[in-house]
Amino acid sequence: MSMLNITIDGKTTQVPAGSMILDAAKKLDISVPTLCFLNLDVMKYNNMAASCRVCVVEVEGRRNLAPACATPVMEGMVVKTNTMRVLLARRTVLELLISNHPKDCLICAKSGECELQDLAETFGIREISYPGVMSTFRKDVSPSIIREMDKCVMCRRCETMCNEVQTCGVLSGVNRGFGVVVAPAFEMNLEDSACTNCGQCTQVCPVGALVEHDHTLKVIQALSDPELVTVVQTAPAVRAAIGEAFGMEPGQSFTGKMAASLRRLGFDHVFDTDFAADLTIMEEGSEFLDRLQKFLDGDKNVKLPIMTSCCPGWVKFFEHQFPELLEIPSTAKSPQQMFGAIAKSYYAELLGIPREKMVVVSVMPCLAKKYEAARPEFAVNGNPDVDIVISSRELGHLLKRMNIDLSKLPDEDFDNPLGFSTGAAPIFGNSGGVMEAALRTAYEVATGETLPSVEFESVRTLTGVKTAEIKVGPHTLNVGVASGLGNARELLEMVKSGEKQFHVIEIMACPGGCIGGGGQPYHHGDMEILKKRNQVLYNEDAGKPQRKSHENPYIVELYEKYLGKPLSEKAHHLLHTHYFEREKM
Amino acid sequence: MSEKKQIRIATRNSGFIDPENIDSYIAAGGYLALAKCIEEMTPAQVIDEMKASGLRGRGGAGFPTGVKWGFAAGYKSDTKYVVCNADEGDPGAFMDRAILEGDPHSVLEAMAIGGYAIGGNKGTIYIRAEYPLAIKRLKIAIEQAEEKGMLGKNIFGSDFSFDLDIKYGAGAFVCGEETALINSMEGDRGEPYTKPPFPAEAGYWDKPTIVNNVETLAAIPAILTKGASWFNQIGTETSKGTKVFCIVGKINNVGLIEVPMGITLKEVIFDVGGGVPNGKEFKAVQTGGPSGGALTFKDLDVKIDYEGLAACQSMMGSGGMIVMDEDDCMVAVSKFFLDFTMEETCGKCTPCRIGSKRIYETLDRITMGQGTMDDIENLKLMSTVIKDTALCGLGQTMPNPVLSTMRVFEDEYRAHVIDKKCPAGVCTSLLEFVVVDEKCVGCTLCAKVCPVDCISGKVKEVHVIDQAACIKCGACLEKCKFDAIIKR
Amino acid sequence: MAKLNSIADLKKLRADLQAQAKAKTDKPLVNVSLATCSVASGGRDVMEAMKAEVASLGLDVNFMQSGCMTYCYAEPTVEITLPGKEPVVFGFVDTDKAKLLVQKYVKEGELLDGVIPVGYERVVL
Repeated sequence: MSMLNITIDGKTTQVPAGSMILDAAKKLDISVPTLCFLNLDVMKYNNMAASCRVCVVEVEGRRNLAPACATPVMEGMVVKTNTMRVLLARRTVLELLISNHPKDCLICAKSGECELQDLAETFGIREISYPGVMSTFRKDVSPSIIREMDKCVMCRRCETMCNEVQTCGVLSGVNRGFGVVVAPAFEMNLEDSACTNCGQCTQVCPVGALVEHDHTLKVIQALSDPELVTVVQTAPAVRAAIGEAFGMEPGQSFTGKMAASLRRLGFDHVFDTDFAADLTIMEEGSEFLDRLQKFLDGDKNVKLPIMTSCCPGWVKFFEHQFPELLEIPSTAKSPQQMFGAIAKSYYAELLGIPREKMVVVSVMPCLAKKYEAARPEFAVNGNPDVDIVISSRELGHLLKRMNIDLSKLPDEDFDNPLGFSTGAAPIFGNSGGVMEAALRTAYEVATGETLPSVEFESVRTLTGVKTAEIKVGPHTLNVGVASGLGNARELLEMVKSGEKQFHVIEIMACPGGCIGGGGQPYHHGDMEILKKRNQVLYNEDAGKPQRKSHENPYIVELYEKYLGKPLSEKAHHLLHTHYFEREKM
Repeated sequence: MSEKKQIRIATRNSGFIDPENIDSYIAAGGYLALAKCIEEMTPAQVIDEMKASGLRGRGGAGFPTGVKWGFAAGYKSDTKYVVCNADEGDPGAFMDRAILEGDPHSVLEAMAIGGYAIGGNKGTIYIRAEYPLAIKRLKIAIEQAEEKGMLGKNIFGSDFSFDLDIKYGAGAFVCGEETALINSMEGDRGEPYTKPPFPAEAGYWDKPTIVNNVETLAAIPAILTKGASWFNQIGTETSKGTKVFCIVGKINNVGLIEVPMGITLKEVIFDVGGGVPNGKEFKAVQTGGPSGGALTFKDLDVKIDYEGLAACQSMMGSGGMIVMDEDDCMVAVSKFFLDFTMEETCGKCTPCRIGSKRIYETLDRITMGQGTMDDIENLKLMSTVIKDTALCGLGQTMPNPVLSTMRVFEDEYRAHVIDKKCPAGVCTSLLEFVVVDEKCVGCTLCAKVCPVDCISGKVKEVHVIDQAACIKCGACLEKCKFDAIIKR
Repeated sequence: MAKLNSIADLKKLRADLQAQAKAKTDKPLVNVSLATCSVASGGRDVMEAMKAEVASLGLDVNFMQSGCMTYCYAEPTVEITLPGKEPVVFGFVDTDKAKLLVQKYVKEGELLDGVIPVGYERVVL
């Protein structure tokens, strides 16, 4: 690749052809402020709208200022990033932006995490020289996401995420002039659109225009009601990230401190979605083996591949986008919903209380889980299996509000029986983890032999689409793993066209899997954080005495005492579900 | 130059030939240029000839056409596109429509020549759907040209093929900007993207694409038939040939004119345009539509070419000329144009989306008599920064009406702010309707017509208007038979 | 319609067309501007009125439509070319004036008001 010379603020460097001025500046440790620009290499996400005009710089020989984020370096380019002209322009642009932005930072969900707030601080903006009317839009509240587009700065990051990475095509710029806004088609409610609730838009929104639908108050209300028995479950990926909300270094396991914090909050039973992950493997793995056997026996009514159904964003995605494939995904409920169903039946019976007395709270790395818990099929006589879902971010806020500093807590264990898990469970939070966990059990159940090595390296990378051939006894299984819905679409198109025969496919809606979930602490564009969280979960797996779901003694007990065996009638009733065709738009 | 002020090159056929009959065009020398290119010239020679002619884009920005073609020719690609930008949208500009309705084949011929020059076989005319007659005539022209073998496979028996289709714009002004136009053609939101890459490298469907305006294209067959050295004799050092203007507003000969570059404003207004009607004083002319600026009575000797207009904070633009006389208020005129751009900005970039609104609001305050001196300073600052930072041509030129009028008429702005007066008597909020005592005969008609009953006086006595209650509707002034009510 | 295969074909066609046109110059030619603006200001009615008047007077006249004649202020506009004479453009034509034009100028060669002077040099290829 040819290298180009560039001089920025008197310092010279060389960058590969195709680099932008911003890349060269970074190389020279010159920090150019940006707002709309965002590059998430792991996700193949690059928002180069060049719309905010905050990163403008002076380029010698150019008539007007150039956006550093989207202006390619030319040989011999001479750039200045801090002249009076540049600073005045940036300041004016910022003042214009803020003149049309609500100033209620005190009550904004993004306060403290807001990139516009940071810029205003950096530029020392203390008053707005150009006040005027503000563009106003109605607030749109979906079960998972709240859109307050008065705060939108038209950076288009959400649009790029929704269209290019997730290929949902829900969000796009509409209207023109001052009334322009990013919205679903016809400005319909997000809830009525093909939105999968993945929440990746909230991860990239630099301001408070797109945020999670906060349910922390409901949690506090439940905890303070002495009549109720409160049960909490936490998804695998939460423990890999929650410490970040307390300024702790990413890359450590926060499992013990998190369990302790939930106990401090006052939950009566501190359980773990990981338990339900092991249970999911029992059901989904058995369903897979059952279907595979029938398929191999030549049963034409059996369709393969089987696809995982843990991820509610993915479930809603295929309901909208691939309704012709509704028969293919596993009917197994997600771990969250299996947990809720078991807690409110098996465990409530153990406690001797009616299900109405029990409140199940989930802590999830995910915003789609809020929507999932609210799906009507996951309730008994109007009483939902999972009552309240909060995201990792909300748990962070909640703990701080309740004066609990996670970083200062000792490590504690989960309660039993619904808090015990094998190493197969935590890796559910990584893309490829469900596949790996399922293979561990399926292999041993199918062959009756012990797996020589439990680690399936071929599905362990952060790559968006992974395919591998896995030997299980006499059979070679074609497995596919995708994270990010655009990658999922790629895999599904292969299935639809018959281009490749897969036996089993795992899909997670969020790039990297749940560790990169829409409800996780904000990564602010730092993809190293995702890699570190990914490693935490694999370490957690490696450190467990049992690493295969069918070895979980409490799972064995659950089947013995209550469910019978996997895919039994009772298991079907409690642990399986069905899907609905939904409109494409 | 002959004593006739106009030279019709781009409009050479409009009004003279039957636009719905290809024979009529051929009889006028049509398709000779295409035939000559294909049979006698290499693509490189065509581009050299275009460069030598000095023709610059007539859509507004004035980029040399031959150079643009040369860029596109330089990129290797299996497919290249020729796009005709017929998304004319400046208020008061209609030269493209006139050409398409009067001489559609000249545009088709030039597009085929462009395709031959850059090595492209596909062309698209992006035309606003509000031009049904132009669309109809284009369709007829394409059909006839295909029948005669001027379009389609193996043109003039050569191995060069060129197909044309038409795409319709929904009337968004910003889609005249070439990158927004390309987005719109691809079915995406009509909003510009940042350049580079320029369309010549990666345009329509990411293929090398030349986007040329209707008037630019219409001139090309004439240039290639008569030769670059004929064309570049006309015009100025930097701007060759002629420019079509739509001259409208306070002018006697409202219409389409085609004049050589370098003609003075005075010649255009008074010789070609026939001067200002009703004996009023010429005050200014807005060139370049909402992206342009005002040339004023002080600029009558300015030679009209790309550089001459830019020096006056205006621009050539697509060629709208809106003539204003002493009765026009320059603040109100700026406000009018900002109202237009504010509505038409795609809203993508901050300076254009919010800046246009803030400038409009400031101008509105000034015309309402609520402006401050800070407003005047802020107008200048915002305008300068928006010019420097906006993403596309629309945004970068949006402050021109303000900057250019301030250049000469800052006093008028100040009068609104300091004296709370509109010198031209346009800004209603700053006007007073008063009774001239000497003329009032006390007929009471004004009092009867006043919708808010703020005129009092007995029969045959002088009437008085209560300024606090007056809503400045002007009904009394209309009604008075004795010219006893004036506004000031 | 046969396709043209060379510049020679084209030049020949052009020469033929010009000869045909020349052969018609013994008759008056009425050219009505019919661009959007001309149509909007009544150009089609003018065309019809003139045709009707020509028919009722039993004259032999060729008609054609064209695009914009550039005189917005004077629309509808009509260009009349009498045999052996330079074309003359009349502006501000309405249906009454259209009839008059046929009666006076086409038939008698008698000029009426509203003649628009030629202020341009047209480039001919």
